[in-house]
Amino acid sequence: MDTEITLRVDGAAHPLTVDTRTTLLDALRERLRNTSPKKGCDHGQCGACTVLLDGRRVNSCLVLAVTVDDAEVTTSNGLAADGQPHRLHRSFVEHDAFQCGYCTPGQVCSAAGMLAEAQAGWPSHVTADLDAEDVDLTDAEIRERMSGNLCRCAAYANIVPAVAAVAAVEGVRR
Amino acid sequence: MREFRYERADDVDGAVALLAADPDGAFLGGGTNLVDLMKLGVATPDLLVDVRQLTSVEVTGLPDGGLRIGAAVPNADLAADRRVRERFPVLAQALLSGASGQLRNRATTGGNLLQRTRCGYFTDVTKPCNKRAPGSGCGALEGVHRNHAILGQTLDGPGACVATHPSDMAVALVALDAVVQVVGPDGERGIPIRELHRLPDDDPSRDTTLRHGELITAVDVPVLGFASRYRKARERASFAFALVSVAAALRVEDGVVADVRLALGGVAHAPWRATAAEAALRGQPATEEAFGAAADAELAAATPLRDNGFKVPLARNLVVRSLLDLVEVAR
Ligand SMILES: Cc1cc2nc3c(=O)[nH]c(=O)nc-3n(C[C@H](O)[C@H](O)[C@H](O)COP(=O)(O)OP(=O)(O)OC[C@H]3O[C@@H](n4cnc5c(N)ncnc54)[C@H](O)[C@@H]3O)c2cc1C
Ligand code: SF4
Ligand code: FES
Ligand code: FES
Repeated sequence: MDTEITLRVDGAAHPLTVDTRTTLLDALRERLRNTSPKKGCDHGQCGACTVLLDGRRVNSCLVLAVTVDDAEVTTSNGLAADGQPHRLHRSFVEHDAFQCGYCTPGQVCSAAGMLAEAQAGWPSHVTADLDAEDVDLTDAEIRERMSGNLCRCAAYANIVPAVAAVAAVEGVRR
Repeated sequence: MREFRYERADDVDGAVALLAADPDGAFLGGGTNLVDLMKLGVATPDLLVDVRQLTSVEVTGLPDGGLRIGAAVPNADLAADRRVRERFPVLAQALLSGASGQLRNRATTGGNLLQRTRCGYFTDVTKPCNKRAPGSGCGALEGVHRNHAILGQTLDGPGACVATHPSDMAVALVALDAVVQVVGPDGERGIPIRELHRLPDDDPSRDTTLRHGELITAVDVPVLGFASRYRKARERASFAFALVSVAAALRVEDGVVADVRLALGGVAHAPWRATAAEAALRGQPATEEAFGAAADAELAAATPLRDNGFKVPLARNLVVRSLLDLVEVAR
């Protein structure tokens, strides 16, 4: 069933007619040709499709496009403001935090959302003191908070330091 | 995927009326379970009524010190809420042990309660499953059932089903005696959460006692006033459903159990309130021995399947460990 929506992606508005069954991931990739978010599993299990929806990380494969025509979508592409790589992009390159790169845009968006969550003081499953005011993103915290992003090349050993370096700059890692 | 209409009602009554008029329609929360099941052909609604903008995204205080959680509050926000962390750590921990950061951001309180089983036969439309296709048989009974139920199953007949309820949050809410507020075609009602999820009995197609068109608007959590915690055993360190989990709360006075709440996840078709263990514990000394005896009293009723007998000692150990932890906390 066709429906008119406007998708706001990476700062630009796109009026679209979509079948109600279209996911945000498919709308981005197949209709807007933004292939930054990837389709790994299509079932919420791998995180390759992660984008920011009004600044919060979500799996775009489980979001119907018709439900977000009032939201701001940011992909890994959009994090590169004015063509300049985001500090997470730079850190992933500096730390060699990927091999094939398929999971990387999802990892980067997830890390961006995760850092904002840490700045807001959100705890995680491994946080010992639930009442703590501030979050300290130790390696264990980063692993737990990034567990929604799988990497088939198993670049985890470099992804953790890549995220840790940015966490330190942003004041959420001691 | 079947074609469907997508609607946003103006208010709660409008949403309820839309669904009441369409037996094949469904409410849509975050969609992290429903959209998944629609892709698999397991759920085939012809109408989705989006209720994320209709129900509340606020957590508000109740006069007794409890909390009212709006049905649209995302799982992530609920876990991060300072009042939840302070007053009901068991709830924050249960939420934080579930799914991933991305999923918790999108998943809602109402949708989490009503997520469907992860049984692999239920999610595969080419397989027999009494829950998805009543009368077709239960594939898990003699098949892959390592992570299926050990308590309260229906082991034969057309109602056979050995599935578990997958929600972590619901286990904590059952231990906390939460009340689920719903609005339906016949008006409003409050459902004690222990009466929300069903055992399969002779009809595993029904997960809950909700009637078609009933919308969850909020969940009320009454004041607890003593220490609580959640423990979950799973196949990997993170981002996995529970094999067995325990939501526990304990009040000890002069070394004796004055009050206790215990609920188990991953063991039954519904979050399992361990009433036998609770009864066995009240008034007993708060010792490892008494905790073990209480767990045994509960698990005496277990009927494990060929490949999931490990859940019985796992559940026992989790109960004992959780209660010992709570004795420590209280010290
Ligand atoms: C890969 C993966 C891993 C996961 N791991 C875990 C885990 O470890 N622990 C865990 O607990 N969960 C886990 N989940 C499940 C997740 O928590 C649920 O998918 C989520 O909570 C469902 O919420 P939702 O708002 O997205 O529901 P939806 O998918 O929108 O809806 C689910 C059901 O609830 C109904 N519904 C929604 N809102 C209402 C309402 N207000 N009133 C009445 N009916 C309503 C819908 O019609 C539908 O039937 C996992 C999910 C995935 C995909
Ligand atoms: S356990 Fe229940 S859900 Fe799984 S196949 Fe059997 S009937 Fe279906
Ligand atoms: S493609 Fe969305 S989580 Fe795997
Ligand atoms: S770099 Fe290949 S999947 Fe992560």
